[in-house]
Amino acid sequence: MSTPEPGGALLSVSGLRKHFPVRRGLIRHTVGAVKAVDGLDFAVTTGETMALVGESGCGKTTTGRLLTRLLEPTAGSIVFDGHDITHLSQSRMRPLRRDIQMIFQDPYSSLNPRHTVGTIVGAPYRLQKVRTEHGVKRAVQELLELVGLNPEHYNRYPHEFSGGQRQRIGIARTLALRPKLIVADEPVSALDVSIQAQVINLLADLQDELELTYVVIAHDLSVVRHIADRVAVMYLGTLVELADRDSLYAAPRHPYTVALMSAVPIPEPSRRLQRDRIRLTGDVPSPLNPPPACRFHTRCWKAQPVCRQTEPPLVELTPGHQVACHFPEDVPPATPAG
Amino acid sequence: MTGTEDMAGTARDRPEDFLTVRDLRVHFPTDDGLVRAVDGVSFRLQRGRTLGIVGESGSGKSVASLAVMGLHSGGPARISGEIWLDGEELVGASAERVRRLRGAKMAMIFQDPLSAMHPFYTVGAQIIEAYRIHNDVRRSVARAHAIDLLARVGIPEPASRVDDYPHQFSGGMRQRAMIAMALSCDPELLIADEPTTALDVTVQAQILDLIRELQAEFHSAVIIITHDLGVVAELADDVLVMYAGKPVEYGSATDLFDLPQHPYTWGLLGSMPRLDRDRSERLLPIPGTPPSLITVPPGCAFHPRCGHTDAVGTACREKVPELTEVAPEHRIACHLGAAQRERIWRTEIAPKL
Ligand SMILES: Nc1ncnc2c1ncn2[C@@H]1O[C@H](COP(=O)(O)OP(=O)(O)OP(=O)(O)O)[C@@H](O)[C@H]1O
Ligand SMILES: Nc1ncnc2c1ncn2[C@@H]1O[C@H](COP(=O)(O)OP(=O)(O)O)[C@@H](O)[C@H]1O
Ligand code: SF4
Ligand code: SF4
Ligand SMILES: [Mg+2]
Ligand SMILES: [Mg+2]
Repeated sequence: MSTPEPGGALLSVSGLRKHFPVRRGLIRHTVGAVKAVDGLDFAVTTGETMALVGESGCGKTTTGRLLTRLLEPTAGSIVFDGHDITHLSQSRMRPLRRDIQMIFQDPYSSLNPRHTVGTIVGAPYRLQKVRTEHGVKRAVQELLELVGLNPEHYNRYPHEFSGGQRQRIGIARTLALRPKLIVADEPVSALDVSIQAQVINLLADLQDELELTYVVIAHDLSVVRHIADRVAVMYLGTLVELADRDSLYAAPRHPYTVALMSAVPIPEPSRRLQRDRIRLTGDVPSPLNPPPACRFHTRCWKAQPVCRQTEPPLVELTPGHQVACHFPEDVPPATPAG
Repeated sequence: MTGTEDMAGTARDRPEDFLTVRDLRVHFPTDDGLVRAVDGVSFRLQRGRTLGIVGESGSGKSVASLAVMGLHSGGPARISGEIWLDGEELVGASAERVRRLRGAKMAMIFQDPLSAMHPFYTVGAQIIEAYRIHNDVRRSVARAHAIDLLARVGIPEPASRVDDYPHQFSGGMRQRAMIAMALSCDPELLIADEPTTALDVTVQAQILDLIRELQAEFHSAVIIITHDLGVVAELADDVLVMYAGKPVEYGSATDLFDLPQHPYTWGLLGSMPRLDRDRSERLLPIPGTPPSLITVPPGCAFHPRCGHTDAVGTACREKVPELTEVAPEHRIACHLGAAQRERIWRTEIAPKL
């Protein structure tokens, strides 16, 4: 477990797994399992932003849905604010729903097109039977204002808003019950750059104002460096590196993280020929049949026989910097770790 | 200053230009009104060079490239302007003639390969088909060519994967297969519309490398369309920035990234978190949202979102700025005077980028 200072960890996860059975044939017998999430250990401290990054299909959304208990874990435990919520039933989960909210990946499909903004943003009050001081309408209008939308648009429908505005509606809805933890699944990846920056700034302001803790799922490493305090890098359902932002970006230690960073295009044409690039070959293997031992060995340029035989554990190499690799990268001498 | 004479510099014909587009307009009549999807775009491109077209979604990038490919014909689109491909004008040409050029001289790859490939035919069958339309060869010859191409774009075990269906390929492999299909007839012009937007960065990097290598090998002219300034910086020699159907800045990639001159380009660069810079506490978003192309704001379409209108006055709201040369081979459409622009860039913009 990482850094659970006394009373500091709002959320802690250990050995978290989610396997989706794969069924075939008429009697639908199980022929295998998609190991979407396969053993995660981490903790999220009150007030911080932790980011989960990795390629498509590595299990980010599944992890988010486990944390918010929209999915039932196959194994492991999730402790939120002192409560073990791993296997809570939907009804026992209800009081905690107020504290844990999720923002979804797609601002287009996550809002009911037949409901007005007022109904959508006010829904949590009705579902949770929460009484508001000056009525639901006032409360909703305050929320709309908080996320930078015009409160007069209370009676409009989602299609009347742009992508960025719809994402704001989604954010207003999650804020209704003053949650402690927000799990945001790719909150800006469907948005245009200019709008993306607006929403990123909004999330930062809300965090300051409402003392929110965020788990942000993202695949864009530049966005992640901007928003996160700590970053967890996932590969095929496991964590390969977990570190403070500055430490991770200054000196990534896992070969996969190094490759991911080296693939980010840099908007500076004059430098494009000078960059040292590491190119991964091929695609991510199937989570139905992940490579044994170190899952990255099929694409890793440093792989040795031991990588195919022994799974490297996630170990703390320097304070706050955990890496799962038999041959981690060195810290460049010019940039001291941390 | 005179727009007709020097619209994007294309009035001076250059024999080396393989593609010249002049004052292209593509308008769609709809129930809600006339959509001015592309409204006066000009550019030119030589073989062996890459033009990047950047802009946010809905700025007219895809519509412009589909027009070059002749893919609006038969539809409701109203097209005007000129498109010269290797000395031949395409806007006025017959649909049949343009269809023949497509595949033979020009080819396109799309954002979503699955929708561009037929689900019921194998990848190989589709490449063979594309090849045989333009080349009178036996099936076995075309098949060997297809396997060569799949190998060339980095598909492992091409001799057996050639018989796979598109859904059996991963996203990155499908994109590679589509590139193979586009290359089947050695096109001299390749248009790639958001070719990597749906892909992971690692696969994106592979595909960008591939496009770069193939271009060097075939010496083709390439247009890369994207909303990602990073992708443009990786590939393009020249860049055209579009806003609301119009070009707002056009110049070499180095000028555009090192000395951008248009307020919208400044806004795009300020909005982007960047790995190659120190981390900033706050991004500098462009306020507001892109306009509807049915009711484009009068004057400069960017004026409701522009922070520099005070330095200009009423012209921003009243007069459409023409694309004008402000430095050699560097054009912008903005009413700001040269001195003001220089001062704003030096004091307000450059220090924050
Ligand atoms: N209900 C399900 N049944 C079977 N497999 C599933 C299910 N949900 C997810 N998976 C599989 O689990 C793996 C992880 O999926 P997940 O959606 O968590 O990925 P992700 O990291 O969020 O990817 P992306 O970046 O594309 O959103 C994938 O292989 C996916 O196909
Ligand atoms: N067939 C069509 N009929 C009407 N409007 C269209 C049509 N095709 C595209 N448009 C509109 O043209 C504008 C530009 O679209 P497009 O070129 O696809 O943008 P992008 O820059 O995202 O590629 C958009 O407002 C789009 O809705
Ligand atoms: S354990 Fe081996 S294969 Fe895995 S990342 Fe480290 S060096 Fe590469
Ligand atoms: S013309 Fe005016 S509104 Fe348009 S970009 Fe220039 S300063 Fe801004
Ligand atoms: Mg996901
Ligand atoms: Mg498009």
